[in-house]
Amino acid sequence: MSVKSTAARSSRGGAKRRGAAGQVPELVQLLTPEGERVEHSEYSIDLSPEELRGLYRDMVLTRRFDAEAITLQRQGELGLWASLLGQEAAQIGSGRATRPDDYVFPTYREHGVAWTRGVDPLNLLGMFRGVNNGGWDPNTNNFQLYTIVIGSQTLHATGYAMGVAKDGADSAVIAYFGDGASSQGDVAEAFTFSAVYNAPVVFFCQNNQWAISEPTEKQTRVPLYQRAAGFGFPGVRVDGNDVLAVLAVTRAALERARSGGGPTLVEAFTYRMGAHTTSDDASRYRLDTERQEWEAKDPIARLKAYLDNEKAADDAFYAEVEAESDALAKRVREGVRAMPDPDPMTIFDNVYADGHALVDEERAQFAAYRASFADTQEGAVR
Amino acid sequence: MTAMTLAKAINSSLRTAMESDPKVLVMGEDVGKLGGVFRVTDGLQKDFGEERVIDTPLAESGIVGSAIGLALRGYRPVVEIQFDGFVFPAYDQIVTQLAKMHARALGKVKMPVVIRIPYGGGIGAVEHHSESPEALFAHVAGLKVISPATPSDAYWMLQQAIECDDPVIFFEPKRRYWDKGEVDTAAVPAPLHRALVAREGTDLTLAAYGPMVKVCLEAAKAAEEEGRNLEVVDLRSISPVDFDTLQASVEKTRRLVVVHEAPVFFGSGAEIASRITERCFYHLEAPVLRVGGFHSPYPPARVEEEYLPGLDRVLDAVDRALAF
Ligand SMILES: Cc1ncc(C[n+]2csc(CCOP(=O)(O)OP(=O)(O)O)c2C)c(N)n1
Ligand SMILES: [Mg+2]
Repeated sequence: MSVKSTAARSSRGGAKRRGAAGQVPELVQLLTPEGERVEHSEYSIDLSPEELRGLYRDMVLTRRFDAEAITLQRQGELGLWASLLGQEAAQIGSGRATRPDDYVFPTYREHGVAWTRGVDPLNLLGMFRGVNNGGWDPNTNNFQLYTIVIGSQTLHATGYAMGVAKDGADSAVIAYFGDGASSQGDVAEAFTFSAVYNAPVVFFCQNNQWAISEPTEKQTRVPLYQRAAGFGFPGVRVDGNDVLAVLAVTRAALERARSGGGPTLVEAFTYRMGAHTTSDDASRYRLDTERQEWEAKDPIARLKAYLDNEKAADDAFYAEVEAESDALAKRVREGVRAMPDPDPMTIFDNVYADGHALVDEERAQFAAYRASFADTQEGAVR
Repeated sequence: MTAMTLAKAINSSLRTAMESDPKVLVMGEDVGKLGGVFRVTDGLQKDFGEERVIDTPLAESGIVGSAIGLALRGYRPVVEIQFDGFVFPAYDQIVTQLAKMHARALGKVKMPVVIRIPYGGGIGAVEHHSESPEALFAHVAGLKVISPATPSDAYWMLQQAIECDDPVIFFEPKRRYWDKGEVDTAAVPAPLHRALVAREGTDLTLAAYGPMVKVCLEAAKAAEEEGRNLEVVDLRSISPVDFDTLQASVEKTRRLVVVHEAPVFFGSGAEIASRITERCFYHLEAPVLRVGGFHSPYPPARVEEEYLPGLDRVLDAVDRALAF
């Protein structure tokens, strides 16, 4: 697709242009906050009751996992937690749009996407507990390690996508980032590279309205999805609390990437219902009334209303999901508590793939140093 | 004299600087309404307005690059990098532009930019929130690099850094933010780059800056119980280093151990050891020893206590130096 036609596509991408960020946008929406199914001129979706229930289950389990992690942090089992509360639809919808051979580059909040990739939730908790810096093998589920330095991973995703294209594979890549991250130079460079090389990558921006204490207005004057036009690829804003719309829009973008159409920017308009992390106090910078407004757009309640209207789920199903989330919470709780602290000597592990003389020397010195305490009372200062 | 935390001392210092010079600006991520993730800039935006206390977009290169432009226009920006590990998007602007602008213009422009960086470990954080990258800046000509250890120094050294016409990287020992100390805002402060003897002793000199000064003082206290009298020099400045003060101390004690959290390999301790060896060769009874981080990424929080130089590691080096 030529640059001209992709740019043109972005302007008719279903979202009305607005002068400034922050105004209520017209979004791609397939399910209203009340759970009513609506049609969109460009995006459609037709899911079986079983698939709909699957999305519901994903979101409920993800939310439950998240809530359990917050509790574990409060209990001192985790050092920190970045909650995804409110962003379940954005993450489950987009994650479920990926194929196993696609590759995902997350930030640090994509617990729902990880779930859709089959990553064991316990794997995500190691870094938040402080026993590792990630540690899972990204190639097991094609789910990269969490990246804390804001924006970096968008370039990695672009490079990975360039590699996919060079290999002639028809996989696609998806990079997650936030509204705040959209300001980073790395993200602009990722847009540039992906456009120039027509890389099969989807940039999935969860605009949850806040970057710690800064509202999106501090990052941009135009709605974020419109940025894509300047780089020569389409951008679309989707209701990030509508799992059906997110699924449909992300599927289309991934399909476009797979078929040689190049990058797409998807802006999922959503809301960070919790604080930035467990270290943050959101009451210092935002009104609770804002959060309450978004509560009415809750992604799970919305899908449940639809399921009920459609009679696509019964009490037995809900009870089953409830029991499953109880079991998940229990497994997570027990798993975290059983996670051992690393052996201090592992500090020297995996610094290099091919070894390094200095690391070997320091490892030996440290081992000897630690051994020198073996005969004195443990832990006591001399 | 008022007792205040180190964080509060920095806050007061910023307030004083903004009151006395309308060209002083505070910029960074979350510094305004939130008052910074450590509340160091708490209340400043409320009192000085959004024109002077600026919540910037999330872009460190942008923060430092635009601070350079503001400095060219006559402002004195004090920018905050939220955590040590997030300074690197700005590293290009700092190294290729901020540090070299004055020389490039043959002295015709000045770069009075202060970059505040909470640094160091010990707070149980996730990756990139516990690093000590000071040597990466000290290696660059054109930058001044300092790190206070006490609330009083935090207050005064920041005043002096803001008044300085050169770019200053101001490393704040984040794990000491909540430590209290006396601050005399009417005092006459020591010169910015002067090292201070924090504790007098005769048997060995411990040299440190920032978060490790407290550890060294505790080590000296513990050593005292074993009949050893250690001197502690708070270097305060990493570029330049006050070698005269350190030399005088080492000529007296004849032994030196340098302590920092940063990895020892190519760290500031290496430079200090080398220079002191040159200056004090015939006074030294032992090689200058270093205690610091390993040649490894900063480890996960649950093992950081093992990684960080603590009392035992410092005293181990003291033993080894005294055994010569
Ligand atoms: C380069 C860099 N600068 C600063 C930070 C500190 N920080 C962590 S999260 C965050 C805000 C991110 O906001 P956004 O991109 O909107 O993602 P969200 O947290 O809302 O999911 C900041 C400033 C960081 N991690 N990396
Ligand atoms: Mg955000």
